Amino acid sequence: MYGAAMGLALAAGAIAPAQAQGSKTLVYCSEGSPENFNPQINTTGTTFDATQPVYNRLAEFERGTTNVIPGLAERWEVSDEGKTYTFFLRKGVKWHSSREFKPTRDFNADDVLFSFSRMWKKDHPYHNVSGGEYDYFNDMGMADLLESIDRVDDYTVRFKLKRPEAPFIANMAMMFASILSAEYADFQMKKGTPEKLDQEPIGTGPFTFVNYQKDAQIRYRANDQYFRGREKLDNLVFSITSDASVAYQKLKAGECHVMPYPNPADLASMRTDPNINLMSQEGLNVGYLAFNVTKKPFDDKRVRKALNMAIDKKAIIEAVYQGAGVAAHNPIPPTIWSYNKETKAYPYDPDQAKKLLAEAGLANGFETDLWAMPVKRPYNPNAQRIAELVQADLAKLGIKANIVSYEWGEYRKRAQQGEHMMAQLGWTGDNGDPDNFLNVLLGCDAARAGGSNIAKWCNQPFNDLVTKARQSSDKAERTKLYEQAQAIFVEEAPWFAIAHSVSFKPVRKEVVDFKISPFGRHEFHGVDLKR
Amino acid sequence: MFKFIISRAALVIPTFLGITFLSFFLIRLVPGDPIEVRVGERGITPERLAMLREQLGLDQPLWVQFASYVGDILSGNFGTSLVTKNPVLLEFLELFPATVELSVCAILFAVILGLPAGVMAASRRGSFWDHTVMGVSLGGYSMPIFWWALLLILLFSVSLGWTPVSGRLSVMYYVEPVTGFMLIDTLLSDEPGAFRSAVHHLVLPSVVLGTIPLAVIARMTRSSMLEVLGEDYIRTARAKGLSAGRIVGLHALRNAMIPVVTVIGLQVGTLLGGAILTETIFSWPGIGKWLIESINRRDYPVLQGGVLLVATLVIVVNLIVDLLYGILNPRIRHGR
Repeated sequence: MYGAAMGLALAAGAIAPAQAQGSKTLVYCSEGSPENFNPQINTTGTTFDATQPVYNRLAEFERGTTNVIPGLAERWEVSDEGKTYTFFLRKGVKWHSSREFKPTRDFNADDVLFSFSRMWKKDHPYHNVSGGEYDYFNDMGMADLLESIDRVDDYTVRFKLKRPEAPFIANMAMMFASILSAEYADFQMKKGTPEKLDQEPIGTGPFTFVNYQKDAQIRYRANDQYFRGREKLDNLVFSITSDASVAYQKLKAGECHVMPYPNPADLASMRTDPNINLMSQEGLNVGYLAFNVTKKPFDDKRVRKALNMAIDKKAIIEAVYQGAGVAAHNPIPPTIWSYNKETKAYPYDPDQAKKLLAEAGLANGFETDLWAMPVKRPYNPNAQRIAELVQADLAKLGIKANIVSYEWGEYRKRAQQGEHMMAQLGWTGDNGDPDNFLNVLLGCDAARAGGSNIAKWCNQPFNDLVTKARQSSDKAERTKLYEQAQAIFVEEAPWFAIAHSVSFKPVRKEVVDFKISPFGRHEFHGVDLKR
Repeated sequence: MFKFIISRAALVIPTFLGITFLSFFLIRLVPGDPIEVRVGERGITPERLAMLREQLGLDQPLWVQFASYVGDILSGNFGTSLVTKNPVLLEFLELFPATVELSVCAILFAVILGLPAGVMAASRRGSFWDHTVMGVSLGGYSMPIFWWALLLILLFSVSLGWTPVSGRLSVMYYVEPVTGFMLIDTLLSDEPGAFRSAVHHLVLPSVVLGTIPLAVIARMTRSSMLEVLGEDYIRTARAKGLSAGRIVGLHALRNAMIPVVTVIGLQVGTLLGGAILTETIFSWPGIGKWLIESINRRDYPVLQGGVLLVATLVIVVNLIVDLLYGILNPRIRHGR
């Protein structure tokens, strides 16, 4: 008994010191170590989470939504032809300071120019520092899109684009577009340690970076001079815990307040735990089975429609997603603006499917391949299992589907080359813009061999709508265009859309106002702890 | 003795070559290169893929890559992580003390409990104690580390609250790394309570990691002791009227120790292997976790360098064990 009491006292002692001093420390059991602390040169969620507290962007996503709000830019103007974006920067924004660096000036246009030029200009002195790979900047097509970036004055920056591109503003809110200090970069360059810019971050964000111990923890302190006002939390600690079962035990023991990716098997007990609030939100993603429309018999719309009716989606959601997914029928998730609520999902109707197949001259079925990814993805927890269920449903119509799989890199490459007849894949949104799904996954440009449209479906009316929407900066107009595009998608059925997964975040009850990010980030600004 | 050290050291060279070769080629047999692993659904244009492969030197033929790797190793350069862009040796040195600290505590736990348990079981052969020690050690040896760790965490950390779930130090303390050994660094720091926190954090991982070596040592000590206790000179010692404690402690144990020391030496390899799992479960920032991560990310330099450095350590420890024989038993004179 004494031992137990003593033990409890010791365990409590772990949290007690900070509370005794009256400070609020939130501990987040993060899943891994960041590659470094510069979101420009990385693509992993782990690094984005670790850099989010430190940096700001010109435009930002409102916490918990995909809405774009002003960040370091107070406002922006778009020229009539949609090719010139003028950002008016916020004044009086202070840079963090560290033991070795004390900023002499506030944030201004030079910092914006530095941050983008580093990624864009190959001759920039920082371009090759830390590997010089700017995957997101390149993947979002920024290098080809930008024509010039000009400093109009200290607090005005003008971006000129080669073509109108409405998602540009959403791109500017993505983590890769974070703004770094040009003065700090100069300081590190003069010291001969430019790579420290990416390892010991100086930003303008709500928390100041304190220190990092690889594979152990990252510590941050509230930024007293934050332009949106000081955070309610005093300290933020990322306690790196790679095993989800262990993170859950830490959550139960009160050693951390929030954990990122719970094991599905733990969800039931999390729901009943009085100290834990299991939050959930539909993810910004879609898992699908694409029909390669360039191959017979999938060039026939009737066959694609028949397969949409032949597969029992509900059974897949129940057996594979186990409550962590909602059935999809549009190519974009319901969390994205312009989601078309009017389109109707194909019912599970094997008889009707049989009729459609007979009309297409395939009354006796046919033989096809059915690709299943070898990996677990956020939008598809078990592609192999889904393939088995689909195989069984199709067998009832006399369709012989042979399950095929490759190593993940090879799988993606071959699917994008269009080698398959039917292949599973999915997508997680980058910037919350419908274009990021509809154009990237279903546009004619992406239907080329090697492109990300693995149905290889190029439908001119659909493509015209999506292209027009991409070039318009009127959100109401874009919404209409995207809604029409989704109606065409459903009618043409290039995919069997499977599901949008639901993400779960177990959070301790004392955590106040934590919001799940639709982008899968873990953000702690605006969060508080009950005493 | 000198000649022996030289001859043993010479044997180490082919071992090193083999390890260098294996660590280099095995990871390359795993499908997916470092660039493709990070690409995801988005894919990559062939031009950009070619550019990145060239940047990382992956476009060169394998034997050219291997030759340049061996050349680098010989000049003491273990390469740079493809992911963090930090030198591999630097990362290793940063994380290695954590693994050493854990392994030392685990082996101490195993030896301190295993040796007396084995001696007790041998000197009371067939008794209740003998059966208990043997049964428990068989159980310990067969225990899957992952399951055993979670079981202990559930009991001691979650239900009883006696020990922390994972990590090396409570997040409420920050101790500037000086030696990298948390027990020493917390003593050097002026944070009250940090040392106690570091000790608490060490308990469960040490027990988990030490369980298999404990079982092996206990069983080895027992069988070795039984053999020695049957020797003539022990009978002579008994006949001379020496106390049982003196016979076991002074005459038998010293001779029984030779196979036990060998086993302890061999356990270093097991410990480092076990550390990979234990570190993952207990979020222990050591080289085990680092290596696992490097496989997932296909971080070739980290894996190659890490495996080579760990192998070096195992070889050196086993060399030391060989030399220890001579000290324990003067009859084993090396080279004779």
